[in-house]
Amino acid sequence: MSKIVRTVANQLMLFVLVFGLYVIVHGHVTPGGGFQGGAVIASGVVMLIVAFGSGQIKKSLRERRLSVVESSAALLFILVAFIGIGTVFFYNFLVGSRIFGDIPPTGTNPGNIWTGGVIPLMNVAVGLKVMAGLSAAVLALALFSGGEEIE
Amino acid sequence: MAEILSGNFPLVAAIVLMGIGLYILIFRRNLIKIVMGIAILSSSVNLFLVTLGYRTGGIAPIYTEAPEGPMVLPVVQALVLTNIVIAVATSALILSLVIRIYRHTGSLDSKKSRRMKG
Amino acid sequence: MRQFFAWLFLVVLMVFLVIGGFKMVHPFGEPPSAMDQYIIDNSQEQAGSNNVVAAVVFDYRGFDTLGEATVLFAAVTGVMFVLRAGGKKEET
Repeated sequence: MSKIVRTVANQLMLFVLVFGLYVIVHGHVTPGGGFQGGAVIASGVVMLIVAFGSGQIKKSLRERRLSVVESSAALLFILVAFIGIGTVFFYNFLVGSRIFGDIPPTGTNPGNIWTGGVIPLMNVAVGLKVMAGLSAAVLALALFSGGEEIE
Repeated sequence: MAEILSGNFPLVAAIVLMGIGLYILIFRRNLIKIVMGIAILSSSVNLFLVTLGYRTGGIAPIYTEAPEGPMVLPVVQALVLTNIVIAVATSALILSLVIRIYRHTGSLDSKKSRRMKG
Repeated sequence: MRQFFAWLFLVVLMVFLVIGGFKMVHPFGEPPSAMDQYIIDNSQEQAGSNNVVAAVVFDYRGFDTLGEATVLFAAVTGVMFVLRAGGKKEET
């Protein structure tokens, strides 16, 4: 692609990354969460593949690293679910304790980010998994079709 | 008849989309059009599920800075979230199989790759 | 002959959908909501989050999210397995 498209894609990727991480981390206060934020960041990676060509992106994002990130995020999700096994399988054991343990007042209130119990940790794990998985799938599709640049 | 149509319009839209998706799946032979028909069918099911959980004059089920009014049902929206992610995964797998079929047989007609041979 | 049966099948399905959509479903705007009213009322003190949909997805119905994460993992593994060795064209 031409020089203008490559420069603009480089500068815009920072804002896409910040917005996607904001949607993931504030998943228990505002609309959003793990799946939505992961899809936002994956669409930013698609923008980079279209602008630079898949042969050049393959040198920075190797598929083996993306696979390791995705598998370890899935294991983290299951580990957080297993810790409260004393009561039930998915028990929310952090409500009322010191980390992420405030209880919001009943009814309409301005949001507090240190609430939610075990939900923010699960949001981060699922966001990493979706981001790595969708990026790996699109990169594999682009590499198989020849990897030529669109002029 | 007109007041049935205008009273519950999202239900009519979901049924029309389902009809279009089923017509594409039965009567078209190009492989890419079949993939598009599957995507339209998934979207119509998501629209139907969200319509089932609507309360008249409702607001989004979030307590941060919420206006007045009853809240719509949240369990149905959780089911639709799961369904959207599964539809994306299914679509990616089907498209990769279509790419392999095109490289192997050289045409996108579903009648050419009907029998399993070779 | 095959065309006739295909059209018959499509027409029967569409008639069933139209009649079922207006008779078997509850009226638009008043859903039966005993379970959801309990979740809306008690989600701030039991799950401790302002977002009721996030509490339902990760706390009240966590098993469905586990199943969906498994399906996503299996699909991405399938795509990377089918499209291996990128760039080489195959000769039949």
